[in-house]
Amino acid sequence: MVPLAWYLILSAILFCLGVLGFLIKRNIITIFMSIELMLNAVNLTFVAFANYWNQHAVAVSDKIVPLSGQVFVFFVMVVAAAEAAVGLAIIIAVFRTRETLNVDRVNLLKL
Amino acid sequence: MVHEILFVIFGLICVAGAVNLLVQRHPINSALSLVVVMASLALIYLLLGAEFVAAIQVIVYAGAIMVLFVFVIMLLNAGVEERSTGSKVALLLGIPGVIVLGCLVGWIMISNNQRLGGIRINTADFGDTHNIARLLFQNFLLPFEITSVLILIAIMGAVVLGRRSS
Repeated sequence: MVPLAWYLILSAILFCLGVLGFLIKRNIITIFMSIELMLNAVNLTFVAFANYWNQHAVAVSDKIVPLSGQVFVFFVMVVAAAEAAVGLAIIIAVFRTRETLNVDRVNLLKL
Repeated sequence: MVHEILFVIFGLICVAGAVNLLVQRHPINSALSLVVVMASLALIYLLLGAEFVAAIQVIVYAGAIMVLFVFVIMLLNAGVEERSTGSKVALLLGIPGVIVLGCLVGWIMISNNQRLGGIRINTADFGDTHNIARLLFQNFLLPFEITSVLILIAIMGAVVLGRRSS
């Protein structure tokens, strides 16, 4: 029996490492990967709470079931896939005009 | 007991991969560490009884999205990250803030450990495809249909952004 707190602490560690990567990395692709890491950390929280609710719920409404957490993870993954496609297209467009991936040299919004 | 051991092993692999993502200077090494993080997260989802989520974690995240990342890294011929200082505010305020946030969340979780309770592994047919599909196509049908529009818009946006302006 693994305590729920362990899952949440693992999720918090992954999220904080993602934020750290966002702050200290200078490569725009690596920063984007840090965002994906944060999304994954939040997904772990959703799945852990879905299972926890399934085992500990006293009275569950008939409209909302504990499995909703996993369905929400599904939606997060869909949005993350869409975000990755658009974000990488933006990175390619930025690289085409700036010839660099360093975020310090990308200081204009104009393409 | 096996549950705890498996959780600790995969959790440590997860954290090691995430740290490696930050330490590596070359983006391709960071991308491969992120694949390690996602694969071990999929195994943790299996421990939580979420079979469907574990499968799409491997297929969509470790498969599709990371292939897209590696593809872009190779397309742009990204080299070793340049060393530049960046924003002083981010370094002086952000990093201590993140550490404080992590310690705070960890402390809250540990101090409420008894009240939260634990998760057992015996969750038969909890997160299998049948139950997820029933929920997805009955209760969450409208959000599911809206995500198809979102994906369509994302595809069009990617095509428009990636097009070479003539």
